[in-house]
Amino acid sequence: MKYAYYPGCSGHGTSVEYEVSTRAVCNALNMDLVEIEDWNCCGSTPAHSVSHELSGALAARNLMQAAKTGADCVISPCPSCSSNLKMARYRMQKPEFKAEVDELLDAPTPANAEGGADLLETYSVLQAIVENVGIENVASRVTYPLEGLKVVTYYGCLLSRPAHVAKFDDPENPVSLDNIMKALGAEVLPFSLKTECCGAAMGIPDVNIPGSLSGRILDTAKAVGAEAVVTACPLCHMNLDLRQRQAARISKKSFFGLPVFYYTQLLALAFGLPEKTMRLDKLAVNPYPLLDKVAARRKARVAAELDAMKAAGAAS
Amino acid sequence: MNITRLDKARDLKFKRQVEEESGQNLSACYQCGKCTAGCPGAQFYDRQVSQIMRAVQMGLKEEALKNRSLWLCLSCSTCSARCPNNIDVAAVMETLRMMARREGWVQDRPIESFWKAFLDTVHATGRSYELGVMADYMGRTLRGWGNLEIAPMALMKNKMPFIPSVIHGREEVARIFKRYAEKRS
Repeated sequence: MKYAYYPGCSGHGTSVEYEVSTRAVCNALNMDLVEIEDWNCCGSTPAHSVSHELSGALAARNLMQAAKTGADCVISPCPSCSSNLKMARYRMQKPEFKAEVDELLDAPTPANAEGGADLLETYSVLQAIVENVGIENVASRVTYPLEGLKVVTYYGCLLSRPAHVAKFDDPENPVSLDNIMKALGAEVLPFSLKTECCGAAMGIPDVNIPGSLSGRILDTAKAVGAEAVVTACPLCHMNLDLRQRQAARISKKSFFGLPVFYYTQLLALAFGLPEKTMRLDKLAVNPYPLLDKVAARRKARVAAELDAMKAAGAAS
Repeated sequence: MNITRLDKARDLKFKRQVEEESGQNLSACYQCGKCTAGCPGAQFYDRQVSQIMRAVQMGLKEEALKNRSLWLCLSCSTCSARCPNNIDVAAVMETLRMMARREGWVQDRPIESFWKAFLDTVHATGRSYELGVMADYMGRTLRGWGNLEIAPMALMKNKMPFIPSVIHGREEVARIFKRYAEKRS
């Protein structure tokens, strides 16, 4: 299936490993991504905090560019981008709001029969994988299972909220990432803070906000026995990984030392894709000791299976 | 304790305006407090969400608009997800923030400056650019030093490129901002 792909700005900077692994995984799952030509920033939280019309116009330009690809829908790895693009389309179903946004654009958005804007719908890459590719197809592609790696899944706020716009998974207890991780052979631990905010971009004006919120998320993850955290959001990832030492200091805990993966990195790993498609070297908290453990568990499992086969052979 | 004379301070036009702009029925709020109970920002707020909702219901404009909470709201929508009366509380918070800004009552300059720095970067290049946003914000406010703590790791991992990505259509994006500024003035 062909998708108009919106990478989002952080893919060029702080979340380059997410960008690279997303493309590799989509390719492995036969998803045909066509990058939207000359896309602009969706405006993120600053735009919708200041003006819905401004936010709508920044998103609308992207959605009009997206239509040129000939794809049926837009997908983005970033929950904030996909939420903004979705929200713009949702709000612009109202002809009055469409008119306000059109005033800011070089050319007005195309209209549908009801007078609202005729724009492509946007989904998160996660939603496209779960709903269009399907968990069974993901599972069938696994060549290196994760050997019971104990993870908690952290979704953040925007993948499933606000529910009436996101229309994906459960707003407070989503399970899509859990199902993907289980398909990869990981053990997904129950986790009460799946959608509890990490502090978003508030770290720039005040490091204490993500420091204490993310500190609590990491502390709880550790307490339930997680070996790693799995995320799907560049901003959450930054707060949990790049700011992990800061979060420990601010929340008065000792350093958690919890590797934080993008789910696409673990997909690439389990699919046996080349290391350069995962960019694990980009993670702030060193994931290699943990991945060595996974490899050791695999070796032990395979050896045990071989022994069992030999024993069965000897017995017969 | 603050005493408010409702016969004098009440501004019911304000309540109607909030309802109209947010598209939410504020009368549906029966003050159960679930929004406040689940709010991850509550510990940082100077006025709780449920108190702000009550202030709007009572038509107490200043109480509803003059608080830092409107800026500290993380837009996570947990309040909206949990409201038993289906009020999109986060949308009300956003509406109030915009109204407060129009009144000139910005209660948290650093956060407002961060948003401004972010949007200025998008205005200039068509995309956001992390290092540029940081530099703009710090230059503007002389704050944000706490972020230098993560700078060595970000630079070592080459996660903050020095060269911004500038799009071909940046003039087109700049025109969006220009028209927005003109429309507002």
